[in-house]
Amino acid sequence: MINKTVSTVSEALEGVQNGMTLMLGGFGLCGIPEKAIAELVRLQVTDLTCISNNAGVDTFGLGLLLQQKQVKKMIASYVGENAEFERQMLSGEMEVELIPQGTLAERARAAQAGFPAFYTPAGYGTEVAEGKEVREFNGKMHVLEQAFDADFAFIKAWKGDEAGNLIFKGTARNFNPNMCGAAKITVVEVEELVSAGSLDPNQIHVPGIFVQRIFEGKDYEKRIEQRTVRSKT
Amino acid sequence: MALDKNGIAQRIAQELKDGYYVNLGIGIPTLVANYIPKDIAVEFQSENGVLGMGPFPFEGEEDADIINAGKQTITTLKGASFFDSATSFAMIRGKHVDLTILGAMEVSQTGDIANWKIPGKMVKGMGGAMDLVASAENIIVAMMHTNRSGVSKLLKKCSLPLTGVGCVKKIITELAVMDIGPTGFILRETAPGVSIDEIIKATAGDLHIAEDVHVMSF
Repeated sequence: MINKTVSTVSEALEGVQNGMTLMLGGFGLCGIPEKAIAELVRLQVTDLTCISNNAGVDTFGLGLLLQQKQVKKMIASYVGENAEFERQMLSGEMEVELIPQGTLAERARAAQAGFPAFYTPAGYGTEVAEGKEVREFNGKMHVLEQAFDADFAFIKAWKGDEAGNLIFKGTARNFNPNMCGAAKITVVEVEELVSAGSLDPNQIHVPGIFVQRIFEGKDYEKRIEQRTVRSKT
Repeated sequence: MALDKNGIAQRIAQELKDGYYVNLGIGIPTLVANYIPKDIAVEFQSENGVLGMGPFPFEGEEDADIINAGKQTITTLKGASFFDSATSFAMIRGKHVDLTILGAMEVSQTGDIANWKIPGKMVKGMGGAMDLVASAENIIVAMMHTNRSGVSKLLKKCSLPLTGVGCVKKIITELAVMDIGPTGFILRETAPGVSIDEIIKATAGDLHIAEDVHVMSF
Protein backbone atom coordinates (compact mmCIF):
# COMPACT_ATOMS: atom_id res chain seq x y z
CA MET A 1 0.00 0.00 0.00
CA ILE A 2 1.31 3.40 -0.96
CA ASN A 3 0.36 5.75 1.84
CA LYS A 4 -0.99 9.13 0.68
CA THR A 5 -1.86 10.60 4.06
CA VAL A 6 -0.59 13.93 5.30
CA SER A 7 -1.35 15.03 8.82
CA THR A 8 -2.20 18.69 8.40
CA VAL A 9 -3.86 20.95 5.86
CA SER A 10 -0.69 23.06 5.62
CA GLU A 11 1.29 19.97 4.69
CA ALA A 12 -1.41 19.13 2.16
CA LEU A 13 -1.03 22.51 0.45
CA GLU A 14 2.77 22.56 0.46
CA GLY A 15 4.05 23.99 -2.82
CA VAL A 16 1.09 26.23 -3.59
CA GLN A 17 2.48 29.50 -4.95
CA ASN A 18 1.33 32.83 -6.34
CA GLY A 19 0.17 32.67 -9.95
CA MET A 20 -0.77 28.99 -9.93
CA THR A 21 -3.80 27.41 -11.60
CA LEU A 22 -6.05 25.59 -9.15
CA MET A 23 -9.03 23.32 -9.74
CA LEU A 24 -11.64 23.08 -7.03
CA GLY A 25 -14.46 20.56 -6.80
CA GLY A 26 -17.99 21.42 -5.75
CA PHE A 27 -21.33 22.55 -7.15
CA GLY A 28 -22.49 25.75 -5.49
CA LEU A 29 -21.43 25.17 -1.88
CA CYS A 30 -22.07 21.42 -2.10
CA GLY A 31 -18.95 19.27 -1.98
CA ILE A 32 -16.44 22.13 -1.85
CA PRO A 33 -12.99 21.65 -0.28
CA GLU A 34 -13.69 23.88 2.73
CA LYS A 35 -10.41 23.19 4.50
CA ALA A 36 -8.19 23.78 1.45
CA ILE A 37 -9.98 27.07 0.74
CA ALA A 38 -9.46 28.21 4.33
CA GLU A 39 -5.77 27.37 4.05
CA LEU A 40 -5.46 29.26 0.73
CA VAL A 41 -6.92 32.29 2.51
CA ARG A 42 -4.43 31.87 5.37
CA LEU A 43 -1.49 31.50 2.96
CA GLN A 44 -2.51 34.72 1.18
CA VAL A 45 -1.35 33.38 -2.18
CA THR A 46 -2.39 35.70 -5.00
CA ASP A 47 -2.81 35.92 -8.78
CA LEU A 48 -4.53 32.56 -8.77
CA THR A 49 -6.45 31.12 -11.69
CA CYS A 50 -9.34 29.13 -10.23
CA ILE A 51 -11.26 26.50 -12.17
CA SER A 52 -14.52 25.64 -10.42
CA ASN A 53 -18.14 25.36 -11.51
CA ASN A 54 -19.17 28.29 -9.30
CA ALA A 55 -17.49 31.04 -7.33
CA GLY A 56 -19.11 30.50 -3.94
CA VAL A 57 -21.09 33.17 -2.11
CA ASP A 58 -19.75 36.38 -0.58
CA THR A 59 -18.92 34.87 2.78
CA PHE A 60 -18.22 31.22 1.98
CA GLY A 61 -16.50 28.94 -0.50
CA LEU A 62 -14.42 30.60 -3.21
CA GLY A 63 -16.03 33.90 -2.19
CA LEU A 64 -13.51 33.95 0.69
CA LEU A 65 -10.62 34.06 -1.81
CA LEU A 66 -12.39 36.80 -3.76
CA GLN A 67 -12.77 38.90 -0.61
CA GLN A 68 -8.97 38.83 -0.23
CA LYS A 69 -8.49 39.62 -3.95
CA GLN A 70 -6.45 36.45 -4.40
CA VAL A 71 -8.05 35.43 -7.69
CA LYS A 72 -6.73 36.84 -10.98
CA LYS A 73 -8.90 34.71 -13.23
CA MET A 74 -11.98 32.58 -12.69
CA ILE A 75 -13.06 29.81 -15.04
CA ALA A 76 -16.62 28.72 -14.22
CA SER A 77 -20.01 27.92 -15.74
CA TYR A 78 -22.25 29.92 -13.40
CA VAL A 79 -21.27 32.76 -11.09
CA GLY A 80 -24.48 34.31 -9.76
CA GLU A 81 -25.17 34.92 -6.05
CA ASN A 82 -21.92 36.75 -5.35
CA ALA A 83 -21.82 40.56 -5.10
CA GLU A 84 -18.05 40.86 -4.65
CA PHE A 85 -17.52 38.65 -7.68
CA GLU A 86 -19.78 40.92 -9.71
CA ARG A 87 -17.91 44.03 -8.55
CA GLN A 88 -14.48 42.62 -9.43
CA MET A 89 -15.69 41.34 -12.77
CA LEU A 90 -17.35 44.60 -13.83
CA SER A 91 -14.39 46.71 -12.64
CA GLY A 92 -12.02 44.50 -14.64
CA GLU A 93 -9.97 43.55 -11.55
CA MET A 94 -10.66 39.89 -12.24
CA GLU A 95 -10.78 38.09 -15.57
CA VAL A 96 -13.71 35.69 -16.02
CA GLU A 97 -14.08 32.88 -18.54
CA LEU A 98 -17.56 31.35 -18.62
CA ILE A 99 -17.80 27.92 -20.21
CA PRO A 100 -20.59 25.35 -20.52
CA GLN A 101 -20.90 23.11 -17.48
CA GLY A 102 -20.51 19.84 -19.38
CA THR A 103 -17.45 21.25 -21.14
CA LEU A 104 -15.97 22.19 -17.76
CA ALA A 105 -16.47 18.65 -16.49
CA GLU A 106 -15.06 17.11 -19.65
CA ARG A 107 -12.01 19.42 -19.79
CA ALA A 108 -11.19 18.14 -16.30
CA ARG A 109 -11.88 14.53 -17.24
CA ALA A 110 -9.78 14.90 -20.41
CA ALA A 111 -6.83 16.13 -18.33
CA GLN A 112 -7.33 13.17 -15.99
CA ALA A 113 -7.58 10.69 -18.86
CA GLY A 114 -4.76 11.99 -21.06
CA PHE A 115 -6.81 13.48 -23.89
CA PRO A 116 -5.38 16.83 -25.04
CA ALA A 117 -8.70 17.95 -26.51
CA PHE A 118 -12.16 16.78 -27.58
CA TYR A 119 -15.06 17.87 -29.76
CA THR A 120 -18.39 18.81 -28.20
CA PRO A 121 -21.60 20.19 -29.73
CA ALA A 122 -22.04 22.51 -26.72
CA GLY A 123 -21.58 26.17 -27.57
CA TYR A 124 -21.45 25.81 -31.34
CA GLY A 125 -22.77 28.98 -32.97
CA THR A 126 -22.40 30.96 -29.72
CA GLU A 127 -19.67 33.26 -28.44
CA VAL A 128 -18.20 30.29 -26.54
CA ALA A 129 -17.01 28.90 -29.89
CA GLU A 130 -15.37 32.15 -31.06
CA GLY A 131 -11.76 31.57 -32.08
CA LYS A 132 -12.04 27.82 -31.63
CA GLU A 133 -11.70 25.12 -34.25
CA VAL A 134 -15.06 23.69 -35.36
CA ARG A 135 -15.72 20.49 -37.28
CA GLU A 136 -18.69 18.58 -38.63
CA PHE A 137 -19.34 15.01 -37.51
CA ASN A 138 -22.42 13.11 -38.71
CA GLY A 139 -24.01 16.27 -40.04
CA LYS A 140 -23.65 18.19 -36.79
CA MET A 141 -21.18 20.93 -35.90
CA HIS A 142 -18.82 20.58 -32.94
CA VAL A 143 -16.32 22.79 -31.12
CA LEU A 144 -12.78 21.69 -30.19
CA GLU A 145 -12.17 22.17 -26.47
CA GLN A 146 -8.86 21.58 -24.68
CA ALA A 147 -8.04 19.71 -21.48
CA PHE A 148 -7.31 21.85 -18.44
CA ASP A 149 -3.72 22.30 -17.31
CA ALA A 150 -3.67 22.93 -13.56
CA ASP A 151 -1.06 22.85 -10.82
CA PHE A 152 -3.29 21.64 -8.00
CA ALA A 153 -6.72 20.02 -7.75
CA PHE A 154 -8.51 20.45 -4.42
CA ILE A 155 -11.08 17.74 -3.82
CA LYS A 156 -13.64 17.04 -1.13
CA ALA A 157 -14.76 13.44 -0.58
CA TRP A 158 -16.90 11.83 2.11
CA LYS A 159 -14.67 8.91 3.05
CA GLY A 160 -11.18 8.01 2.03
CA ASP A 161 -8.50 5.56 3.06
CA GLU A 162 -4.74 5.86 3.55
CA ALA A 163 -4.19 4.67 -0.03
CA GLY A 164 -6.20 7.63 -1.35
CA ASN A 165 -9.25 5.61 -2.40
CA LEU A 166 -12.36 7.77 -2.26
CA ILE A 167 -16.10 7.51 -1.72
CA PHE A 168 -18.44 10.45 -2.23
CA LYS A 169 -21.87 11.18 -0.80
CA GLY A 170 -24.97 12.41 -2.63
CA THR A 171 -24.59 15.30 -5.04
CA ALA A 172 -21.45 16.41 -3.19
CA ARG A 173 -19.75 14.15 -5.72
CA ASN A 174 -20.26 16.49 -8.74
CA PHE A 175 -16.94 17.64 -10.28
CA ASN A 176 -14.75 16.12 -7.57
CA PRO A 177 -14.09 12.70 -9.17
CA ASN A 178 -13.42 14.31 -12.58
CA MET A 179 -10.79 16.65 -11.12
CA CYS A 180 -8.87 13.89 -9.31
CA GLY A 181 -5.65 13.33 -11.24
CA ALA A 182 -6.48 16.22 -13.58
CA ALA A 183 -3.78 18.48 -12.07
CA LYS A 184 -0.10 17.96 -11.26
CA ILE A 185 -0.97 17.40 -7.60
CA THR A 186 -4.36 16.24 -6.31
CA VAL A 187 -5.12 17.06 -2.69
CA VAL A 188 -8.15 15.42 -1.11
CA GLU A 189 -9.87 16.28 2.13
CA VAL A 190 -12.32 13.80 3.62
CA GLU A 191 -14.79 13.81 6.46
CA GLU A 192 -13.56 10.41 7.56
CA LEU A 193 -10.11 9.00 6.88
CA VAL A 194 -9.88 5.25 7.50
CA SER A 195 -7.08 2.71 7.40
CA ALA A 196 -6.35 0.84 4.18
CA GLY A 197 -8.54 -2.23 3.99
CA SER A 198 -11.49 -0.62 5.76
CA LEU A 199 -13.29 0.33 2.55
CA ASP A 200 -14.80 -2.31 0.27
CA PRO A 201 -12.78 -2.16 -3.01
CA ASN A 202 -16.06 -2.74 -4.88
CA GLN A 203 -17.48 0.52 -3.57
CA ILE A 204 -14.57 2.87 -4.38
CA HIS A 205 -15.59 5.82 -6.62
CA VAL A 206 -12.05 7.08 -7.29
CA PRO A 207 -8.97 4.83 -6.99
CA GLY A 208 -6.03 6.20 -5.01
CA ILE A 209 -3.74 6.36 -8.04
CA PHE A 210 -5.38 9.69 -8.93
CA VAL A 211 -4.59 11.15 -5.49
CA GLN A 212 -1.27 12.45 -4.15
CA ARG A 213 -2.24 13.74 -0.70
CA ILE A 214 -5.18 12.98 1.58
CA PHE A 215 -6.14 14.34 4.99
CA GLU A 216 -9.13 14.38 7.32
CA GLY A 217 -10.92 17.68 7.87
CA LYS A 218 -12.85 18.43 11.05
CA ASP A 219 -16.12 20.26 11.66
CA TYR A 220 -17.39 20.76 8.13
CA GLU A 221 -19.79 23.66 7.92
CA LYS A 222 -21.57 22.42 4.74
CA ARG A 223 -23.54 25.60 4.32
CA ILE A 224 -26.84 25.21 2.44
CA GLU A 225 -27.35 27.77 -0.33
CA GLN A 226 -31.10 27.33 -0.90
CA ARG A 227 -32.87 25.66 1.99
CA THR A 228 -36.12 24.38 0.46
CA VAL A 229 -38.50 22.23 2.51
CA ARG A 230 -42.13 21.14 2.49
CA SER A 231 -44.40 20.96 5.52
CA LYS A 232 -45.61 17.66 6.90
CA THR A 233 -49.23 18.73 6.97
CA MET B 1 -57.77 33.66 -20.53
CA ALA B 2 -53.99 33.29 -20.61
CA LEU B 3 -52.54 30.50 -18.47
CA ASP B 4 -50.55 31.17 -15.32
CA LYS B 5 -47.16 29.54 -14.73
CA ASN B 6 -48.78 26.45 -13.23
CA GLY B 7 -51.04 26.20 -16.25
CA ILE B 8 -48.04 26.25 -18.58
CA ALA B 9 -46.41 23.52 -16.47
CA GLN B 10 -49.60 21.48 -16.53
CA ARG B 11 -49.80 21.66 -20.33
CA ILE B 12 -46.10 20.74 -20.68
CA ALA B 13 -46.66 17.72 -18.43
CA GLN B 14 -48.89 16.30 -21.19
CA GLU B 15 -45.73 15.98 -23.31
CA LEU B 16 -44.18 13.49 -20.85
CA LYS B 17 -44.24 9.88 -21.97
CA ASP B 18 -43.86 6.67 -20.04
CA GLY B 19 -40.20 5.79 -19.55
CA TYR B 20 -38.85 9.29 -20.18
CA TYR B 21 -35.77 10.63 -18.43
CA VAL B 22 -36.33 14.37 -18.17
CA ASN B 23 -34.12 17.34 -17.32
CA LEU B 24 -36.03 20.28 -15.89
CA GLY B 25 -34.59 23.79 -15.90
CA ILE B 26 -35.12 26.41 -13.22
CA GLY B 27 -38.41 28.38 -13.05
CA ILE B 28 -41.59 27.21 -14.81
CA PRO B 29 -39.97 23.87 -15.84
CA THR B 30 -39.50 22.94 -12.18
CA LEU B 31 -43.29 23.12 -11.72
CA VAL B 32 -43.81 20.39 -14.34
CA ALA B 33 -42.88 17.79 -11.71
CA ASN B 34 -46.16 18.60 -9.92
CA TYR B 35 -48.30 17.46 -12.87
CA ILE B 36 -46.92 14.08 -13.93
CA PRO B 37 -49.78 11.92 -15.27
CA LYS B 38 -50.56 9.16 -12.76
CA ASP B 39 -50.32 6.29 -15.23
CA ILE B 40 -46.75 6.90 -16.44
CA ALA B 41 -43.27 6.51 -14.96
CA VAL B 42 -40.71 9.26 -15.55
CA GLU B 43 -37.42 10.10 -13.81
CA PHE B 44 -36.02 13.57 -13.35
CA GLN B 45 -32.34 14.21 -13.93
CA SER B 46 -30.56 17.15 -12.37
CA GLU B 47 -27.26 17.95 -14.05
CA ASN B 48 -25.35 18.38 -10.80
CA GLY B 49 -25.49 14.59 -10.49
CA VAL B 50 -28.76 12.95 -9.54
CA LEU B 51 -31.30 10.84 -11.37
CA GLY B 52 -34.59 10.04 -9.65
CA MET B 53 -35.04 13.41 -7.99
CA GLY B 54 -37.92 13.66 -5.53
CA PRO B 55 -39.73 16.54 -3.78
CA PHE B 56 -38.26 18.98 -1.28
CA PRO B 57 -37.42 17.35 2.10
CA PHE B 58 -39.58 17.77 5.17
CA GLU B 59 -38.35 20.47 7.49
CA GLY B 60 -35.46 19.18 9.59
CA GLU B 61 -34.64 16.42 7.10
CA GLU B 62 -32.70 18.56 4.62
CA ASP B 63 -29.21 17.32 3.75
CA ALA B 64 -26.53 19.78 2.54
CA ASP B 65 -25.07 16.98 0.38
CA ILE B 66 -28.30 16.42 -1.60
CA ILE B 67 -29.28 19.34 -3.80
CA ASN B 68 -30.56 20.02 -7.32
CA ALA B 69 -28.99 22.19 -10.01
CA GLY B 70 -30.76 25.22 -8.52
CA LYS B 71 -28.81 24.50 -5.28
CA GLN B 72 -32.10 23.70 -3.51
CA THR B 73 -32.26 20.89 -0.97
CA ILE B 74 -34.12 17.90 -2.43
CA THR B 75 -34.87 14.25 -1.76
CA THR B 76 -34.46 11.17 -3.95
CA LEU B 77 -37.02 8.55 -4.90
CA LYS B 78 -36.71 4.76 -5.04
CA GLY B 79 -34.32 3.76 -7.82
CA ALA B 80 -32.38 7.03 -7.68
CA SER B 81 -28.66 7.31 -8.35
CA PHE B 82 -25.86 9.83 -7.86
CA PHE B 83 -22.98 10.37 -10.28
CA ASP B 84 -20.19 12.77 -11.19
CA SER B 85 -20.57 15.78 -13.50
CA ALA B 86 -18.85 14.18 -16.51
CA THR B 87 -21.23 11.21 -16.28
CA SER B 88 -24.15 13.60 -15.91
CA PHE B 89 -23.27 15.38 -19.13
CA ALA B 90 -22.59 12.04 -20.83
CA MET B 91 -26.28 11.34 -20.17
CA ILE B 92 -27.14 14.69 -21.71
CA ARG B 93 -24.67 14.86 -24.61
CA GLY B 94 -25.10 11.17 -25.33
CA LYS B 95 -28.86 11.68 -25.81
CA HIS B 96 -29.81 9.34 -22.97
CA VAL B 97 -31.97 12.06 -21.45
CA ASP B 98 -35.17 12.00 -23.50
CA LEU B 99 -36.55 15.46 -22.91
CA THR B 100 -35.19 18.82 -21.80
CA ILE B 101 -37.56 21.52 -20.59
CA LEU B 102 -36.05 24.94 -20.05
CA GLY B 103 -36.85 28.62 -19.95
CA ALA B 104 -35.70 31.27 -22.44
CA MET B 105 -35.35 35.01 -22.87
CA GLU B 106 -35.79 34.72 -26.65
CA VAL B 107 -36.52 32.01 -29.22
CA SER B 108 -36.16 32.49 -32.96
CA GLN B 109 -38.37 30.94 -35.63
CA THR B 110 -35.42 28.77 -36.71
CA GLY B 111 -35.15 27.26 -33.24
CA ASP B 112 -32.28 29.38 -31.89
CA ILE B 113 -32.46 30.07 -28.17
CA ALA B 114 -31.00 32.83 -26.00
CA ASN B 115 -31.23 32.45 -22.24
CA TRP B 116 -27.91 33.16 -20.54
CA LYS B 117 -26.68 36.68 -21.08
CA ILE B 118 -27.90 40.25 -21.39
CA PRO B 119 -24.95 42.37 -22.55
CA GLY B 120 -24.22 45.30 -20.27
CA LYS B 121 -25.92 43.62 -17.33
CA MET B 122 -24.53 41.19 -14.80
CA VAL B 123 -23.68 37.95 -16.54
CA LYS B 124 -24.31 34.91 -14.40
CA GLY B 125 -23.23 32.26 -16.89
CA MET B 126 -24.75 29.50 -18.97
CA GLY B 127 -24.45 26.68 -16.44
CA GLY B 128 -25.48 23.50 -18.22
CA ALA B 129 -27.83 25.18 -20.70
CA MET B 130 -25.46 25.12 -23.70
CA ASP B 131 -24.75 21.41 -23.27
CA LEU B 132 -28.45 20.68 -22.86
CA VAL B 133 -29.67 22.56 -25.91
CA ALA B 134 -26.82 21.40 -28.15
CA SER B 135 -27.50 17.76 -27.40
CA ALA B 136 -31.11 17.01 -26.59
CA GLU B 137 -33.25 15.64 -29.42
CA ASN B 138 -36.33 16.91 -27.77
CA ILE B 139 -36.32 20.41 -26.29
CA ILE B 140 -39.39 22.23 -25.05
CA VAL B 141 -39.12 25.87 -24.12
CA ALA B 142 -41.40 27.00 -21.30
CA MET B 143 -41.73 30.76 -21.14
CA MET B 144 -44.03 33.76 -21.19
CA HIS B 145 -44.92 34.87 -24.71
CA THR B 146 -43.75 38.46 -24.11
CA ASN B 147 -41.35 40.08 -21.65
CA ARG B 148 -42.37 42.40 -18.81
CA SER B 149 -42.49 45.36 -21.20
CA GLY B 150 -44.85 43.48 -23.50
CA VAL B 151 -42.21 42.84 -26.18
CA SER B 152 -42.47 39.50 -27.96
CA LYS B 153 -39.94 36.81 -27.06
CA LEU B 154 -40.75 34.84 -30.24
CA LEU B 155 -38.63 36.49 -32.92
CA LYS B 156 -37.44 36.12 -36.49
CA LYS B 157 -33.90 36.27 -35.12
CA CYS B 158 -32.65 36.44 -31.53
CA SER B 159 -31.15 39.77 -30.47
CA LEU B 160 -29.37 38.44 -27.37
CA PRO B 161 -26.22 36.24 -27.34
CA LEU B 162 -27.23 32.69 -28.26
CA THR B 163 -27.24 29.63 -26.06
CA GLY B 164 -27.76 27.28 -29.00
CA VAL B 165 -28.54 27.25 -32.70
CA GLY B 166 -31.51 25.55 -34.36
CA CYS B 167 -32.25 23.35 -31.38
CA VAL B 168 -35.73 24.22 -30.04
CA LYS B 169 -38.59 22.01 -31.29
CA LYS B 170 -41.57 23.21 -29.28
CA ILE B 171 -42.54 26.28 -27.28
CA ILE B 172 -45.30 26.40 -24.69
CA THR B 173 -46.35 29.81 -23.36
CA GLU B 174 -49.29 31.24 -21.41
CA LEU B 175 -51.00 31.80 -24.78
CA ALA B 176 -50.10 28.94 -27.06
CA VAL B 177 -48.36 25.71 -28.04
CA MET B 178 -46.11 26.21 -31.06
CA ASP B 179 -43.68 24.08 -33.03
CA ILE B 180 -40.72 25.27 -35.05
CA GLY B 181 -41.52 24.67 -38.73
CA PRO B 182 -39.39 25.06 -41.86
CA THR B 183 -40.50 28.68 -42.41
CA GLY B 184 -41.50 29.90 -38.97
CA PHE B 185 -43.48 29.11 -35.85
CA ILE B 186 -46.50 26.85 -36.27
CA LEU B 187 -49.44 27.53 -33.97
CA ARG B 188 -50.82 24.18 -32.79
CA GLU B 189 -52.90 25.03 -29.74
CA THR B 190 -54.35 28.12 -28.12
CA ALA B 191 -54.87 28.61 -24.38
CA PRO B 192 -58.55 28.51 -23.36
CA GLY B 193 -60.17 31.88 -24.11
CA VAL B 194 -57.17 33.23 -26.05
CA SER B 195 -57.84 34.25 -29.67
CA ILE B 196 -55.56 33.47 -32.59
CA ASP B 197 -55.35 37.23 -33.24
CA GLU B 198 -54.00 37.81 -29.75
CA ILE B 199 -51.28 35.21 -30.38
CA ILE B 200 -50.40 36.70 -33.77
CA LYS B 201 -50.05 40.14 -32.13
CA ALA B 202 -47.79 38.76 -29.40
CA THR B 203 -45.52 36.93 -31.88
CA ALA B 204 -42.86 38.99 -33.69
CA GLY B 205 -41.60 36.11 -35.86
CA ASP B 206 -43.52 34.50 -38.74
CA LEU B 207 -46.44 32.48 -37.40
CA HIS B 208 -48.31 29.89 -39.43
CA ILE B 209 -51.63 28.59 -38.20
CA ALA B 210 -51.89 24.81 -38.28
CA GLU B 211 -54.99 23.52 -40.10
CA ASP B 212 -56.00 21.55 -37.04
CA VAL B 213 -55.29 24.33 -34.52
CA HIS B 214 -57.36 23.75 -31.41
CA VAL B 215 -57.82 24.83 -27.81
CA MET B 216 -55.59 23.17 -25.19
CA SER B 217 -57.39 20.55 -23.17
CA PHE B 218 -56.63 19.80 -19.55
